[in-house]
Amino acid sequence: MATAPVVNRRDFLKTSAAGGAALVIGFHLTPRAFADQAKDQEEKTPNPFDAWVRITPDDHVTLVLGKSEMGQGVYTALPMILAEELCVDWKQVHVEQAPTNPKIYDLGTGGSGSVAGSWLPLRQAGAAAREMLIAAAAKRWEVGADTCKAKNGFVVHGHPERSFRFGELVVDASKLPIPNLNKVPLKNSDDFTIVGREMHRLDTADKSSGKAKFGIDSRVEGMLYAVIARCPVFEGKVASFDATKAKAVAGVRDVFEIKTSGRGASTTGGVAVLADNSWAAIQGRKALEVKWDEGAAANESSEELREQFLQNASAKPANMLRNDGDANAALDAASKKVEAIYELPLAAHVCMEPMNCTVHIRPDSAEAWVPSQGPQWAQAVIAEAAKLPPEKVTVHTTLMGGGFGRRYQADFVMEAAQVAKISGKPVMVLWTREDDMQHDFYRPASYHRLQGALDSEGKLAAWKHFQTSTSIAAKWSQKGDNDPGMGEFGTGATIPYTTPNIRIEYTLAHSSAPRAWWRSVEHSSSGFVMESFVDELAHAAGQDPLAFRLKLIGESRKIPQFGEGREDYHPLDTGRLKGVLQLAAEKAGWGRPLPKGEGRGIAGFYSFFSYVAAVAEVSASSAGYTVNRLICAVDCGRAVNPNGVRAQVESAAIYALTATVKDAITVERGRVVQANFNDYSMIRMKEAPPIEVYIVPSTEAPTGIGEPTVPVIAPAICNAIFNATGKRLRRLPIRRQDLA
Amino acid sequence: MAITFMLNGKSQSVDVSPDMPLLWVLRDTLNMTGTKFGCGMALCGACTVHINGEATRSCITPISSVAGKKVTTIEGLSADGSHPVQKAWMEEDVPQCGYCQSGQIMSAVALLTKKPNPTDADIDDAMSGNICRCGTYQRIRKAIHRAASSMTGKAHSAA
Repeated sequence: MATAPVVNRRDFLKTSAAGGAALVIGFHLTPRAFADQAKDQEEKTPNPFDAWVRITPDDHVTLVLGKSEMGQGVYTALPMILAEELCVDWKQVHVEQAPTNPKIYDLGTGGSGSVAGSWLPLRQAGAAAREMLIAAAAKRWEVGADTCKAKNGFVVHGHPERSFRFGELVVDASKLPIPNLNKVPLKNSDDFTIVGREMHRLDTADKSSGKAKFGIDSRVEGMLYAVIARCPVFEGKVASFDATKAKAVAGVRDVFEIKTSGRGASTTGGVAVLADNSWAAIQGRKALEVKWDEGAAANESSEELREQFLQNASAKPANMLRNDGDANAALDAASKKVEAIYELPLAAHVCMEPMNCTVHIRPDSAEAWVPSQGPQWAQAVIAEAAKLPPEKVTVHTTLMGGGFGRRYQADFVMEAAQVAKISGKPVMVLWTREDDMQHDFYRPASYHRLQGALDSEGKLAAWKHFQTSTSIAAKWSQKGDNDPGMGEFGTGATIPYTTPNIRIEYTLAHSSAPRAWWRSVEHSSSGFVMESFVDELAHAAGQDPLAFRLKLIGESRKIPQFGEGREDYHPLDTGRLKGVLQLAAEKAGWGRPLPKGEGRGIAGFYSFFSYVAAVAEVSASSAGYTVNRLICAVDCGRAVNPNGVRAQVESAAIYALTATVKDAITVERGRVVQANFNDYSMIRMKEAPPIEVYIVPSTEAPTGIGEPTVPVIAPAICNAIFNATGKRLRRLPIRRQDLA
Repeated sequence: MAITFMLNGKSQSVDVSPDMPLLWVLRDTLNMTGTKFGCGMALCGACTVHINGEATRSCITPISSVAGKKVTTIEGLSADGSHPVQKAWMEEDVPQCGYCQSGQIMSAVALLTKKPNPTDADIDDAMSGNICRCGTYQRIRKAIHRAASSMTGKAHSAA
């Protein structure tokens, strides 16, 4: 992926950019997923453009923006949106990664926000360019602009039709004022010819021939390869080391210590082994002798954390996050009560491409090749390590072999910068699989107590949810463990099921385990817990799980998302939630009898402003279970590329299936037990069930699709197993003995 | 000591430690980065290449053991991405992040060489050593069936 040169505001107002005549239109991407943070940033600094479209006289259309490709297909979907309004063949639109510019607030790539956040800005930019090209043509022809139109890379007029190529018009167009992007006329969606069509991805040929370059494939003249020995215990440090044997390994060039960096990059520190190739570095690390100062976390374990959870659940007064009506009184008075405990473990991201970063620090500048979801953060930490101003650090954002939230972190970037700074040579810091699995930023473990009350008519009289976990917010907040961590709940505090009494409580547990954003973040826990519990309520009420849900959701309406300042922010549309539940059920043949020993379960959830429902079909007995089929229905607004939407749903379903049926990350003596695919296993071909994906036709603006399928898979499967066996599974991952 | 083997149809000599795995020789010594590192323990299949036609995990294959043998990597499968398996991958839009796909394709090609018309069970057996964290399994399965039809179709027309 080419990185575009930095362009300043003045360049946009001139006719030339990057050395030649061109029409350049700058604009802002403010992904809705992060809209509030973006607003904060914008108010602090006058923000130059963070994305732009460049059309050159040779008809090349280049879209420059700071979105990273980690498999989610943005480099296919985003050009489609631009091309639609611009009226060009979308395959003509070439995407360049925007240069990392410290003056620009880089929103990174995550939160399932790339298409959602780029939809309107890309349409506006494409429409503005189109209108300027039309105006330039009209002026040359001396006709009214309203008698001309843009068509497939040309502006055309009259009968017989005359035309100009866009490239012929860019110089004239660039002298015209750029229209107000908020007022520029957008195409009527009935006229869309690109958006909404099934498109092949643009990067498949490179990814099927070994040509695609990931971060790990970066090769720089004179580079060394480094691996780092890190303390296996969270927050432990190097006490001393002896490099004699490591240095004796053929190909090893240098061995030195790098220090722990604090909040901001959160590296562990350790001892770096630099060599001529990755293998020699790995062998050198094996020979290295290090004494660790294991520190305070050496007593931590998964059992100890669970003890905290149990204590928090029984003893401590919890933080009340939401209190509508009087849930406790309603529970006391209820004719029927249901209570259940749910538990989820730490989960690792496990990108197929292990973490890596290549950095070259020269006396006056630095250059880096980073597979990163947050290149601007990468730039900042390299600048810090290099003691250079950020604008002296060029960051090339490479393709990523998976991201899933892991590559938002800058720990591996900081390590590479530290090693490169000391070495003076270009260096790739490479993580082995064991490094990657044992030094991740994990999805937090959590413990939930759900209580529900049903009245005599089977209506929900109260919903009470207590959660205790080691919060992500606490890990990253300046307040540390004193932050109550509302972020852990997210949509878990927004209940689509009608009830007058809601009580949501949270207690923070303490752990040194690094935590951060794992595909779908807290929704992965909330979805499992809430959609399992609703199923339990349906059973207690003696009702069909789908019918019960639809009845409790009630009439179609918009429920404000719970949380301060979020009242008007993408309210939960109960009609759309019902829509996906009904569609998944219909496609699965809900209600059709299944053979003995088979079961069907359903779950629906709202996250990333999208609605997903899944029906799982399983065979299950006391001896074990098999997932036979997953049927997913999604409403993510307008599907820009339905083929890409389906791919993301399939992907998220398998990702969630792994977390549901495979292994947990566990901690003993302050260190992660699992190390490679033998003890933290992944779904493989023979275990992958067929996945059917149905997309609700919609004219709403697009919303997230990379993540929102994750939350519904575990509850759909567990509900299906209950349907087949009568056994309720409340702890993930499912263990075979849980069915016995 | 130099070790010589056939790499993608050409003789290749390398002077490296004899226990260095083929994976790292390809990636770091020869800068052929299409073959990927995933686990280092033959658990994920990202490093799959063909040695004398057999799908082999290059991450645990010492370079000394390939002396005199024929090694094919993803780069050697076709000059222009035109191998029927690569074409099927494009038709079915298999890759997402794409990182594991070199290994998936090499395993699929080895399967189709042995079993031109694989059943789903054959695909399960041959492909379950390759992990895809993006979960593209269902598309891989379809692409293998598609490639099988196109390859056997060609064989029929040639006959």
